[in-house]
Amino acid sequence: MEREKQLKVNAIKDGTVIDRIPSSQLFRVIEILSLEDCDSQITFGMNLESKHLESKAIIKISERFFEDDDINRIALIAPEAKFNIIKDYEVVEKRQVTVPDAIVGIAKCFNPDCITNHQPITTRFATKHTDKGLLLVCHYCEKVTDEHNLKIISKNT
Amino acid sequence: MPKSLVSIHDFSKDELLYIVKQAAIFEKDHRPVLKGKVVATIFFEPSTRTRLSFETAANRLGARVVGFSDADNTSVSKGETLKDTIMMISNYADLIVMRHPREGSARYASEISRVPVINAGDGANQHPSQTLLDMYSIQKTQGRLDNLTITMVGDLKYGRTVHSLLQAMSHFNTRFKFIAPPELRMPEEYKQYLSERGLPFTEHTELAENINDADILYMTRVQRERFSDPIEYEKVKNVYVLKNSFLKDTKPSMKILHPLPRVNEISADVDNNPKAYYFEQARNGVFARMAIIHYLIGR
Ligand SMILES: [Zn+2]
Repeated sequence: MEREKQLKVNAIKDGTVIDRIPSSQLFRVIEILSLEDCDSQITFGMNLESKHLESKAIIKISERFFEDDDINRIALIAPEAKFNIIKDYEVVEKRQVTVPDAIVGIAKCFNPDCITNHQPITTRFATKHTDKGLLLVCHYCEKVTDEHNLKIISKNT
Repeated sequence: MPKSLVSIHDFSKDELLYIVKQAAIFEKDHRPVLKGKVVATIFFEPSTRTRLSFETAANRLGARVVGFSDADNTSVSKGETLKDTIMMISNYADLIVMRHPREGSARYASEISRVPVINAGDGANQHPSQTLLDMYSIQKTQGRLDNLTITMVGDLKYGRTVHSLLQAMSHFNTRFKFIAPPELRMPEEYKQYLSERGLPFTEHTELAENINDADILYMTRVQRERFSDPIEYEKVKNVYVLKNSFLKDTKPSMKILHPLPRVNEISADVDNNPKAYYFEQARNGVFARMAIIHYLIGR
């Protein structure tokens, strides 16, 4: 038991541990944060037991700290994710992702006729929390993008 | 950023009432109050009816009109971005009236333009001057906007005019009745919009028996291309045709509106009924557009 726990939380000296990612979203999170292009040591685990989620994933990245903008990108697909900032083996800060009122330049409008899909325009959405989950209302075409047709624009595209 | 009219939400209740009031004034009196102004009508897709209505309105106000009626033979067809086109035209004109096939294009244009933008249709999204002319027609025929029953018929799913009118009239304690085939019912989000504001509505599939309490009967086109199954279209295309015989027990003050052009949803024998108002409605478009243009650049 003790050993298993150790494997899961294999410590890093400096960097970020992203916790409480739904397992199903792990690879999207990796893509959105462009971690495949990152030179730092990265370990991740998925299908881990969680008190908060059915099954969670964790990503640990050495020597890497994230901006609010990155954290907000994650908020759309992993709204309960936690960013633990590690300095010298200690958690010095915990940042809970929050879904902002406006999402700028992160998501893609699902409406194929939306002007943002045809001209070089930064996308903008207002967020709306409903019983059907998180909805994004396009500032331009006024259509609603939901979690099922949500596409995140990854950082390097 | 100057005040624009992109979406019906851009105008408050007071602004909507102001436009309706001004439209009545412009109908009585065409003074060239915008002499020396230049209005650009830029139509990235053709819509002769809408363009002529706006150009007539601008001319009656004494403004000059420049522009293009479709994107062929312009720098747009050579691949110029919308941004560059709008930047250039907003250097020349005092107001831009714009129609574009992409949804959200007018909102974007209004954010980069130095002068106000009126959205004359952005794809299937918004066409707010149509809503204001509908409101002016309602005010003119009913003497008020408050406490009316508006019965909407036909394509309530894709019809942008009914959605905008629903939102605009939600300021006025309107009762709505929706008559549509199941495939083209009013979308949930608009019903939710009414529920949140405590406004009553009912839904029906039969036309003839549900129109007697209407103050306004708002007819729309049912288009073949909206149906995934052509057999479904064949089944409903003749169900939502308004015939003169249906009108005998309707209210004497009731008026029939239609955004035009119609296909076959209003049979020709209705045209001579005094309740038919759709041709005057189109004429009201000029006055409503005069009021909008004047509101944005004439005060
Ligand atoms: Zn959009």
